[in-house]
Order: sequence, then C-alpha cells, then structure tokens
Amino acid sequence: MNPVNYLYLSALLFTIGAAGVLIRRNAIVLFMCVELMLNASNLALVTFSRLHGTLDGQIIAFFTMVVAAAEVVVGLAIIVSIFRTRHSASVDDSNLMKL
Amino acid sequence: MNCLIPLLVAAPLAGAALLLLGGRALDRFGHWLATALAALSFGFGLALFSDMLGRSAEHRAVTEHLFSWVPVNAFQADISFRLDQLSMTFVLLITGVGTLIHLYSVGYMAHDERRRRFFAYLNLFLAAMLLLVLADNYLLLYFGWEGVGLASYLLIGFWQHKPSAATAAKKAFIVNRVGDMGLSIAIMLMFAEFGSFAFDPVFGGVQQASEGKLTAIGLMLLLAACGKSAQVPLQSWLGDAMEGPTPVSALIHAATMVTAGVYLITRSSAIFDLAPDARTAVVVVGAVTLLFGAVVGCAKDDIKKALAGSTMSQIGYMVLAAGLGPIGYAFAIMHLVTHGFFKAGLFLGAGSVMHGMNDEVNMRHYGGLRRYMPVTFVTFGLGYLAIIGFPGLSGFFSKDRIIEAAFAKGGTEGWILGLCTLVGAAVTAFYMTRVMLLTFFGEKRWQADDKGDLPHPHESPKTMTIPMILLAVGSVFAGALFDVNDSFLKWLEPVTGHSEGNSPLTAWTVTGLATACMLAGVGLAYLMYGRSPVPVVPPVGSPLTRAARRDLLQDDFNHAVLVRPGSALAATLVYFDSRGLDGFVNGLAAVIGGLSSRLRRVQTGFVRSYALSMFGGTLVLVASTLLMRSM
Repeated sequence: MNPVNYLYLSALLFTIGAAGVLIRRNAIVLFMCVELMLNASNLALVTFSRLHGTLDGQIIAFFTMVVAAAEVVVGLAIIVSIFRTRHSASVDDSNLMKL
Repeated sequence: MNCLIPLLVAAPLAGAALLLLGGRALDRFGHWLATALAALSFGFGLALFSDMLGRSAEHRAVTEHLFSWVPVNAFQADISFRLDQLSMTFVLLITGVGTLIHLYSVGYMAHDERRRRFFAYLNLFLAAMLLLVLADNYLLLYFGWEGVGLASYLLIGFWQHKPSAATAAKKAFIVNRVGDMGLSIAIMLMFAEFGSFAFDPVFGGVQQASEGKLTAIGLMLLLAACGKSAQVPLQSWLGDAMEGPTPVSALIHAATMVTAGVYLITRSSAIFDLAPDARTAVVVVGAVTLLFGAVVGCAKDDIKKALAGSTMSQIGYMVLAAGLGPIGYAFAIMHLVTHGFFKAGLFLGAGSVMHGMNDEVNMRHYGGLRRYMPVTFVTFGLGYLAIIGFPGLSGFFSKDRIIEAAFAKGGTEGWILGLCTLVGAAVTAFYMTRVMLLTFFGEKRWQADDKGDLPHPHESPKTMTIPMILLAVGSVFAGALFDVNDSFLKWLEPVTGHSEGNSPLTAWTVTGLATACMLAGVGLAYLMYGRSPVPVVPPVGSPLTRAARRDLLQDDFNHAVLVRPGSALAATLVYFDSRGLDGFVNGLAAVIGGLSSRLRRVQTGFVRSYALSMFGGTLVLVASTLLMRSM
C-alpha cells in the first residue's frame, strides 16, 4: 500500500479536528477535536518516518503524545472546574476576558 | 577683640532660632530674651567701638575671616567680616535703635498671642541687617540683603489674618525682588570683570576697569538700592508696608532695611567715583524721590503713611548726598544716623498714639491729644523739631550739610539740586507740622469705634515711653555731637574719603535759606491746619492732592505699565500653549486613542475566535513558507 495514502488520511483527520474546534461549542467535544488534530499530526510524522527511513518522525511523535497527555490532564481539570462553577461546558460562556 | 565681630550677628540670630524652635515654653519670657540678646549685641558693638577708638584712624578697619564658604577654584566666597568706621556706625545704629524698638515692642505687643514669633522675626531682622553691613564681600552682603527682605516680608505680613497685610507683605517682597535682581547682576558683572566679589579686589581693580563696565555695575547697584530703600521707581511697597505692627515700621524706617540702599552706595563709593554717569543717575533718583515722598506725605491722613512718605523723602536726601560723591558720602551717613533717631522716635510716638486711640490711624480723628499723652507729645515733638531741621537739633545739622553739598556740586546741576533740597526742606516742615497739629492740637475729633466706644487716650506703659525718651534725646543731641569739629566727617573719612566742593553760597547763607524754607513750611501748615478747625471728612482737594492721596498714582502707573502688559503677554502665551502645543499633543493622543478603541473590538473574549485567528495565522505562515520555497 502506498504510504502517501496515510498522509491523505492524516490531512483529513486534521481538517475534521480543526473544523470541530472552530465550529463546536462544547468544551469536551472541542477537546476531543484538539486530540484528533494532534493524532493526525502524529500519523503524518510516523508516515514521514517510514517514507524517509529515519526514526526522527517517530521520536517526535512520542514527544507529541507526552505533551498531549499533559495537556489532557491540565485541560480536563480546567474544564471540570469551569463546569462546576458555571454549570456549563460551552466555551462561549467563558468570555469574561474581553474588555 | 575681633572675635566679638561674628558674635554681633550670632546673638540676635541665636535669639531668632531659640524663639522659633523653643515653642510655647518660651512664651512667658521669650520677648525679654530677644530684647536681652539685641542689647547684648549692642554691648558687643560698644566694646568694639571703644576698642576701635583706641587705635589710630588708619588702623581702625579690621577683617575677621571666619571660614571659607564656597571655595571653588577662582570662585572664592568667604564668610568674613569687615568692621571699619562705616560698618561700625551702622552696627551701633542697628543694635542701639533695634534694642530700643525691642523694648518698646514688649509693651506694644503685650496682648498679641503670637508675641514670641514677633520677637523672633525682630531678632532675625537685626541679624540679617548686621550681616549685610558687616560682610566683607558682595556675596555675603547679598545673603544679608535677602535675609532683610525675608524678615521684612514676615514682619509686614505679621498680622496675616488681615488680607491687606498679607498683600502688603507680598508686594514688598516682590518689589524688593526687582532690586535684588539688580544686586545679583551687579555681583555677576563684578566677578566677570574683577574675578572676585570681595571688597578689596573689587575696589583695588576699579582703576583698570573700563568706565562702561563700572557704569553698568553702578546702575545695577542703584537698582538694588532703589528696591531696598524705596526710591523711585521701586518705591511703591513702602506705603503699604505700614500694614505691619508699628514697631516694625520703626525698625524698617530707622535702623534697618531702607538704610541698606544708602549703605550699599556708600560702600561701593570706589565704583561710583569712577562712573560719573551712574552717579548722576543716583542723584536724579535721590532728588526725584525726595520731592515725591514729600508730596505724598502732605496728602496722607493716615499718620503712619504720612511718616512713610517722609521716610521716602529723607532717604531721598541721603541717596542724593551719596550720589554727590566724596563731598556727600559722610553727610549721607550722618543724616542716616540722625534720621534713625528721630524717625524711630516719631514712629514709636505714632504707635503710642494709636495704642491710646483704639488703633485709630486717621489723623482727622485725633486732635487735642497733647493733654492726654504728655510724654508722647514731648518726645514726638522733639522728633518733629529734629526732622524739620529746627536750629540746634540733629536734623538741622545733617540736612543743612546735605543742602550745602548739593549747592557745592557746582554749576547748573548744583543750583537745581540745591533748590530741590530747599523745596524738600520746606515741604518736610509743612507735612510734619500738619501731622503735629492734626494729632496733638486743635479740638477733639475722636470717633467711636465699631463697638460704639469713644477712645480713652492714656499715656503708654514705661516699656514704651522709655525708648521714646531715649530716642528723643538722640534726636536732640546727635546732630550737634556729630557736627562739633566735624567729628563725624573725620571719623568716616578713611572709608569714604572727603573733598570740599566749591559752593556758590556761603555756609551761613545756606543755613539761613534752609531755616527760612523751614519756617515758611511751618507757617503755611499753621495757616491751613492750626487756625481753623480741621474737617473730619477730608475735603475733595485739588487734582494734585487727590493724586498724592493715591501715592501720586504709583500703583496705577505700575498697573498700567507693568501689570497689564504683563498679564496680556501671559494670556497670549497661555493661549498659544493651550491651543497650539496642548492642541497638538491632545490631538495626537485622541487619534491614537480612537485607533486603539477600534482595535480593541478584535478582542471578543470568545475562545473560538482566538482559535480562528490562530488558524488564520498558521495558514498565512504555511502559505508564505510554501511561497518562499517555490520562488
């Protein structure tokens, strides 16, 4: 199978994730879309690694996973605490930072 | 013995510091402490005087170097004192008359709750004036000069709760600043020309200096003298300065402050001797002020303002004499000393009258007081006879010598100046007789005060009458004492030099003329105020009288010539500043502010809009990277 197809898949996944981030309001869904984008890029990295026959892409993918894990921990904690105080998971409700 | 010289200044200065810092604890005896310190300074002065008399005339001047004040390369300012015959004369006058005025104030200010502060200022005044006359260089003199200005400001505005007093104090200070500017410019010119401002290098270097420079320095010194001595054109503060308590007026007019200008000119004689144009200016200022003050004195109904006009006129005599050069210096100082006695006595007498008359100052509300205040009447009367130049009293000798010197100037100028001084003598006799008749003679014109009480004139307490008596004694005998064998002239000659002029008139002719003028003035005043009852409400009077009541329109003149153009200029500048400069800056700020508030709308606070802008940014970055690579 032509490895370039994986790149197409990756681009598709990334676009879905990006569209989700921009369109959806629910913080959890938004979060999942961010994860989708991260994993799409992971897929692309691994594919490149395969295409070039080096390990660089795989190593960077590991880093991305660690960052994603850390991000999930912090992000979920923030979402939960916002939900507790404001009884809503919509990101549009948290708009107090504007002037 | 010379170590006493700094103590002359230190004693009253310590008094001022103690009284100001000591607080209420000193309220009970602070006034006696101040008087004692002034007397102590007088004691030091007497000790130094007897010491000085013990030396021969050439060795009488001594300098006492205390320490270097500002030692910077060529700029050497020292705190050092010079005590010669001239400063000795001033020291004795300042401390002697000053002490008597302190003593008088003990009684006069007995009911004032801020008496301690008043005495502190009096002491400060003495200290500043002593520093002025003892300084060995112009910078230290300037220090004392400013100190005098400060003390006069504090004392004229002593009753600061009265708006008129506060305004008068500010006026005196500001008008004096104009003169002070002259002195500071003169000092700068001296430093530029001679590389120093100590007396010896300056007076030693005048021979090499150009006449133009010396004239400039002389004119600036004259400006300074005009400010302090209330000479035309900087005379306007003197009349308003009467807002201060009466002892202050006595101090300003007799012992300190107004004499400083005459001192400055006499001290700088070396400069004026070589700058004839500057000397002519001095003479003109003196002659104009002499007549100006005399005319003002004739029209005033306020006893203190009439005396203030008289001071202006008498200082005019001194300045005129000082402007005559070596033929006049000694007589200027001689008149200054005798004037110190009789003018202090007259002011203290006026204060005593006010004290007994519920602080009434309008002479038209006095009358017939001689029976109620015999001591005041006699002492004031002796001062009166002295100032009009009654033969044998002190003013007779000193004024007569100035008139002689004016004639001795020679030529047309001599005649003009001589006639001015003679007219001045006649007018002096007129207005002083008027004061005398309105106050002590005639029928009672007493008016009830605000509470409806008629005044109960009474003789003042001993602390007030004793200084008046002593000053009256001085007014009577000082002139004769100075005139015997020309003793005062010989005493001052080593400092000021002396030369005889060639008068077109003999001394006896001048004396006769002066006495005739005096008698004419007295007679005219008697005809106008002694024979017929004096109206309580002043008559409208001639245009000259009305102008003189307004101080010959001096304030209107200053207002029209200086104040109004000044405020117009300021208003124009304010307009340019607020419309031009401020407009530009404010406009710039408004443009930036407007732009910012537009830009602010980008910050919506919605997370997704930020995400969108991030995507947009990423897209731009990626697109531009690709574009760069393809090129």
